[in-house]
Amino acid sequence: MAAEQGVWSVTRPGIGMGKTMRALVLLLWFAARGSALYFHIGETEKKCFIEEIPDETMVIGNYRTQLYDKQREEYQPATPGLGMFVEVKDPEDKVILARQYGSEGRFTFTSHTPGEHQICLHSNSTKFSLFAGGMLRVHLDIQVGEHANDYAEIAAKDKLSELQLRVRQLVEQVDQIQKEQNYQRWREERFRQTSESTNQRVLWWSILQTLILVAIGVWQMRHLKSFFEAKKLV
Amino acid sequence: LLLLLLAPGPGGASEITFELPDNAKQCFYEDIAQGTKCTLEFQVITGGHYDVDCRLEDPDGKVLYKEMKKQYDSFTFTASKNGTYKFCFSNEFSTFTHKTVYFDFQVGEDPPLFPSENRVSALTQMESACVSIHEALKSVIDYQTHFRLREAQGRSRAEDLNTRVAYWSVGEALILLVVSIGQVFLLKSFFSDKRTTTTRVGS
Repeated sequence: MAAEQGVWSVTRPGIGMGKTMRALVLLLWFAARGSALYFHIGETEKKCFIEEIPDETMVIGNYRTQLYDKQREEYQPATPGLGMFVEVKDPEDKVILARQYGSEGRFTFTSHTPGEHQICLHSNSTKFSLFAGGMLRVHLDIQVGEHANDYAEIAAKDKLSELQLRVRQLVEQVDQIQKEQNYQRWREERFRQTSESTNQRVLWWSILQTLILVAIGVWQMRHLKSFFEAKKLV
Repeated sequence: LLLLLLAPGPGGASEITFELPDNAKQCFYEDIAQGTKCTLEFQVITGGHYDVDCRLEDPDGKVLYKEMKKQYDSFTFTASKNGTYKFCFSNEFSTFTHKTVYFDFQVGEDPPLFPSENRVSALTQMESACVSIHEALKSVIDYQTHFRLREAQGRSRAEDLNTRVAYWSVGEALILLVVSIGQVFLLKSFFSDKRTTTTRVGS
């Protein structure tokens, strides 16, 4: 995705027809490839995606919508009136991003607590006639952590050579691995706590159950004995 | 130029974790060029028996991959024609458990770091070393992801077990009390009736 964006943003001055033609072809070709993964969403449907990430991790989402045109019987880019509402919740169910975007949008957020973040998308169809019971096609691309970095931008900003940029990419990757392992340690501790809690509960429950059984047995016998004695059967 | 148009280009990977409600089917589509090597890997993280139906179709509707009630699988294929490939996950066999499914769809190679036009110049030793470290780290991250998913699954099962133990112990305590007290009163009621019949017979 970064490479595709690089081609879009870097303008190549027409040094010669050959070069411009080549650039145009590349542009068109990247445009054709820029569809990414897509799915269909209904009018009032809400689609949620989960990202389990460590803290201080950046997540970038790109989406593009297309509406089914019945006359032409194909998907056309959606009209500007049709947008998507993006809502991001952190692991404690607190909303960290709730914004309306147009028919094509890009949302970014950085996690501050490790855990399961939920990204929900639904359309804000104000004009129901546009949908006409059809489906909206949403192209979605979510990049997490190191994949979210735009290396072309980093190279330009810090003026890095090719080799320096490669090493920088390796550093970012190792950073991500380290964060994930820290998060793993925290999660394993939670898992251990749950297992130990289950263990304790089972232990106490069996002791309690035995005590209850014995107590009830004793009560039953005593109650029945006194009952029969009262009825002069014993 | 024409060759460039036909040749498979930089692809990418889509890693998505989504919720699949009960009796639901979720499909994803991607336009793939001919000759691109693609890999679809999926894993069920939470819900029920941790299984899901998966199906992959080519642009003509021919089923390339179909598995029912699979917990984890990985499928590699090379696109035989240009077009829209579709893969679907189905939870239609389940009546009340909704599942969380993770999938990783890798299309072609990852885009290169530099959007340079000429990749003709050979890489220096340092650059080759960087490339091999990069590939190794990518596989480390991939293993980490799978480890995280397995741990999430294990933790989900452990938390399920914990809740079940809690409910079951409370339920059993109540049942025990109700049954034992009930038994005593039932027995008492038998003897009360018999007593009246015996006295009637006696007199």
